[in-house]
Amino acid sequence: MAATTTHASPVPASQPVYAFQAPVRLYHWVNAACIFTLAATGYLIAHPLPTVMGEASDHFIMGRIRLVHFTAGYLLAVSLAGRIYWALVGNQVSRQIFYLPVWRGSWWCGLGEEIAFYLFLRKEPPTESGHAPLAQVAMLLFNTLGTLFMIFTGFALYGEGLGHGSWADRAFGWVVPLFGDAERVNNWHLLGMWILLCFVIIHIYMAVRADIVGRTTSLSSIVGGWRSPKGR
Amino acid sequence: MEKVTVYAAMRAGGMSRRAFLQACGAIAASLALPPGSGRAIARALERTPRPSVIWLSFQECTGCTESLTRAHAPTVESLLFDMVSLDYHHTLQAAAGGAAEEARREAMAANHGRYLLIADGSLPVGHPAYSTIGGVSNLAMLQEAAAGAAAVIAMGSCAAFGGLPGATPNPTGAAPVSEVVRDRPLVTIPGCPPIPAVIVATLAHYLTFGRLPALDPLGRPKAFYGETIHDRCYRRPFYDRGLFADTFDDEGARKGWCLYKLGCKGPTTYNACATTKWNGGTSFPIQSGHGCLGCSQPDFWDGGGFYRADALPFGPLTPTATIAAAAGVAVGGAVAAANRRKRAKARAAHRPITVDDLEKGQEETP
Ligand code: HEM
Ligand code: SF4
Repeated sequence: MAATTTHASPVPASQPVYAFQAPVRLYHWVNAACIFTLAATGYLIAHPLPTVMGEASDHFIMGRIRLVHFTAGYLLAVSLAGRIYWALVGNQVSRQIFYLPVWRGSWWCGLGEEIAFYLFLRKEPPTESGHAPLAQVAMLLFNTLGTLFMIFTGFALYGEGLGHGSWADRAFGWVVPLFGDAERVNNWHLLGMWILLCFVIIHIYMAVRADIVGRTTSLSSIVGGWRSPKGR
Repeated sequence: MEKVTVYAAMRAGGMSRRAFLQACGAIAASLALPPGSGRAIARALERTPRPSVIWLSFQECTGCTESLTRAHAPTVESLLFDMVSLDYHHTLQAAAGGAAEEARREAMAANHGRYLLIADGSLPVGHPAYSTIGGVSNLAMLQEAAAGAAAVIAMGSCAAFGGLPGATPNPTGAAPVSEVVRDRPLVTIPGCPPIPAVIVATLAHYLTFGRLPALDPLGRPKAFYGETIHDRCYRRPFYDRGLFADTFDDEGARKGWCLYKLGCKGPTTYNACATTKWNGGTSFPIQSGHGCLGCSQPDFWDGGGFYRADALPFGPLTPTATIAAAAGVAVGGAVAAANRRKRAKARAAHRPITVDDLEKGQEETP
């Protein structure tokens, strides 16, 4: 079982572990593609492309950009729903982005050590087979809650577009009064994109970095699922 | 107390029966009521006595009144002052001083529990002394008047959301009517100024059905604030096709393309300008070539520039940024200090070993 090894066992896992099951990997890449598409189209909704030349009847570019945005939005929501299902039936690692084991003292120790390591206060890198504590915090805050935030604000805006009484309005309309009004939802949706993109940059940096200086594979594990010790 | 019906007042004002019925139909249509409702409205207005209206003005610019009184001949807007018995209004009343305040008290006492209260302007809740009328603070006057009102209408963006007086840094502690009036039916009709047809339709609905029209969570009538300007804009096809005016005098501007890049706030603004238009249906800002400013939005004044497409009203960033920077420097300093202490300790524990030492060690070991 690919349980998170705690700081108590600083020895790198000597056996390869099957960390990321197929649905987790599928979700990862669908999610990445959706976020990329949503950020690109969303940015273009906020900052449209230069005016195209020719007859108005020849084009439908903003309409298409919005269509792609909404389609990717639906896909993002469906893939997250599938991922939540898999967290219930999958392995230990598949649950890690949905909760923090705050009741476990060792988890807090691991978190402290990891922070110390990244601040150059500690030389030994902590080893984990799934997500390290700090990564887990970031994953939960930015990926899980971040995408949920984007989905709720996104579908609330979508409901505003579909109109009062539409399915999206009935399901997500309650989000709008929480923010005050739809304009604020729109602005938080936009801000959410930048926060998510900051996370994406850090996430990719950390993954590549872990692959280079860490003791177990990182990049290949999210493709093939196996997290293996690296030969020295 | 005269019991003139709305219809009688309109006829006395020179309106033909045909124009009256047309106006009732227009009101029903603008409220998206089912067919036949125009007749119901006409019947109700024929029978209903004109309600007494007390109109209080607080921290405002009189633009709301200006806008409503500029309504021309028999348009829906012009019905407003025929429909109500306006018993108190700073700008429009003939009486002044103590006599005016006396008239207000009398009207409020005579129609206690039945009059409509319209308020425009925000209330200096932070410092009630900043705005007083006849020595009575706005806050006290609104509380007193609201206590006997059947319903309260917050007219304009200031009364609805705080408006200009409530803009950062909000020196008077300005608050919208909704923060003071909590136990009366309240309609907010934001806009700077609001659309006269909206208040007429709201009043007609109230007189016909005895209750306020369907409201959204901000208290705005759904029929008028349910969609964005953008969703009803006649330039929308150009938006969808990616055809934008980049300056106010380029080819796109001349061809009437979308004004988004010139700062149009239509996509995030909820109001009915694109359908009801202004000045008797003549035009509205976008039709006259300027982007929507978003004047009916809660964050209007703090929402960034008029000519920037994306308005981001996240309040003043300077204090947040300063605190964040200070926190960053503090954490960085603490980490650096901890690092340095560790390094010093390591250096203190460090003993240089020479080759001689090693050789000596080797000799000793066996
Ligand atoms: C990673 C997730 C997402 C990102 C990065 C993202 C990004 C954006 C951005 C930047 C905007 C433009 C905001 C503005 O105009 O100021 C936008 C608008 C919008 N988004 Fe998203 N979005 C995401 C998810 C979603 C989802 C799941 C939905 C649901 C269908 C959605 C629906 C919308 C809608 C309806 C709009 C308004 C479109 C318009 O005004 O024409 N978004 N999004
Ligand atoms: S002019 Fe403004 S409201 Fe009209 S389509 Fe363009 S952005 Fe939307």
